[in-house]
Amino acid sequence: MNFLVCISKVPDTTSKIEFVENGTKFNEEGVQFILNPYDEWYALVRALELKETLGGSVTVLSVGKEDYEPILRKALAIGADGAVRIDAEPLDAYFVAEQIAQYAQTKSFDVILVGKESIQHNGMQVGAMISAILDWAYVPLATSLNLADKTATLTQDQTAGAVATLQADFPLVISASKGMAEQRIPNMKGIMAARTKPLEVLPSFSAEALTAFVGYELPAAKTGCKMIDADNMQELVRLLHQEAKVI
Amino acid sequence: MSVLVFIPHIQENPSKAQVELLTYSAHIAQAQNLPLVLLTGQKISLGAYGVDKLVQLANLEQMETALLAMQTLAKQENASTIILGWDDFGKALAPLLSAKLKAGLVAGAISLPNAEGLVQKAVFSGKAFVSIQIKTAIKIIALMPNSVGVQTVAEKNTAFAELTVQTPAIRVRVVNVQKPEHAGISLQDAELVVSAGRGLKAPENWGIVEDLANALGAATACSRPVADAHWRPHHEHVGQTGVAIRPNLYIAVGVSGAIQHLAGVNNSKVIVVINNDSEAPFFKAANYGVVGDAFEVLPKLTAAVKAFKNQ
Repeated sequence: MNFLVCISKVPDTTSKIEFVENGTKFNEEGVQFILNPYDEWYALVRALELKETLGGSVTVLSVGKEDYEPILRKALAIGADGAVRIDAEPLDAYFVAEQIAQYAQTKSFDVILVGKESIQHNGMQVGAMISAILDWAYVPLATSLNLADKTATLTQDQTAGAVATLQADFPLVISASKGMAEQRIPNMKGIMAARTKPLEVLPSFSAEALTAFVGYELPAAKTGCKMIDADNMQELVRLLHQEAKVI
Repeated sequence: MSVLVFIPHIQENPSKAQVELLTYSAHIAQAQNLPLVLLTGQKISLGAYGVDKLVQLANLEQMETALLAMQTLAKQENASTIILGWDDFGKALAPLLSAKLKAGLVAGAISLPNAEGLVQKAVFSGKAFVSIQIKTAIKIIALMPNSVGVQTVAEKNTAFAELTVQTPAIRVRVVNVQKPEHAGISLQDAELVVSAGRGLKAPENWGIVEDLANALGAATACSRPVADAHWRPHHEHVGQTGVAIRPNLYIAVGVSGAIQHLAGVNNSKVIVVINNDSEAPFFKAANYGVVGDAFEVLPKLTAAVKAFKNQ
């Protein structure tokens, strides 16, 4: 079973979010970038677990410039067999999906895994788009994944606590959500091994972006918290009704 | 040309999220002087929400069928804008359709298109917004529920039509769906949410949270440590790795307000924080704050809500 796991770099969750150049660009100064948690904790680790029991290989792939190499090295340290970087600015979700799909067409993967979203753009698009371009089956937001000869069995959280069990045919694109696996911390042996594992850099494929991010804004700052006496909950209800108009 | 909107299943009295989606679409259609076409599973008059034409097809809850139907209808109706809800189904269907049609998508839109056609969405897990330009002739917008509210639109006479599509190859099959025994109000659609954290000390203490939620008609939610400790079911977990919500009112009880929790709730319109620690970081993100013991404050708040409702 051969897995392709698509990984992205994102600002650490505690990063200060600021924009420069008249609100058109994210200020990366002083920001620490990490491997996107959904890609790392769920997609990559589950692929590694399945490879360890079923055999095969796990390849990680990023679409990005040189600054993506630290996260690819980290994925190799966690246990991926090989890494690929497609050397292009990730212009938008469709552009990225085209790069991945065109690369996958030259290989023989059974399963492509992506995290359910990047915590930077919260788009949830790339996995679906890869499947549409390749005409593969697609399962979004999977919380567990098991593989047998001809089918994959997955679970998926639905509205209001319902859980669906799904069966899907190969080849298959899966977006991985919380619950699929537990985080793995790379050990020293893995970190040393990662230095000698292959990291292939490929030129970009021909593709176009369908959208552009034009400008960023920060939410309006809260105007300060109005404190209410703990013994006067009638006042809180009055404010929620008359001032905030939410009840 | 036309504006095309997708709702897999609709009833005589559409849900608030569906009315928001229909009137959002009608607003765009009217601004562009185009008819609004709805693809749905039922034949109901929806003229009051600005629907010019309703196209009916069964099995739209099935993803491959919905995708093929939308591709077919987009072509038939020469759709220039396609609108879907950014709900569980739309989160899969919208990007599939975008790639199939090579039409740019705003995934999780929170605004109408502005004069330049730019549409906003939340990024950085709710910590910022971005304006997106769709560069293709066909534009797809997947609207986040409870983001723009119901729009005022002109009433229309709805024409009806049926669509036929070939049965697509089904490659993902639903084996079963397990529903929880006590399905409360769906968190994603809820306008009011009462959420509690470790400050409640133990799972058996959730009665006072549920009492307040029931009095308000609110959904219940929880923080990550509470879900991880199995005090509450995982689907109630809001935050960075849980569900992201944007209700009108979010009441957080005994939740410190870690940045990962705020990422899931900071687009709520009004936030009330109840915490016995006056230094809890959540107060900085709150509109209203109460410093006090949850076990004393919650029953008082519930009583005050009940008194207000009985007025």
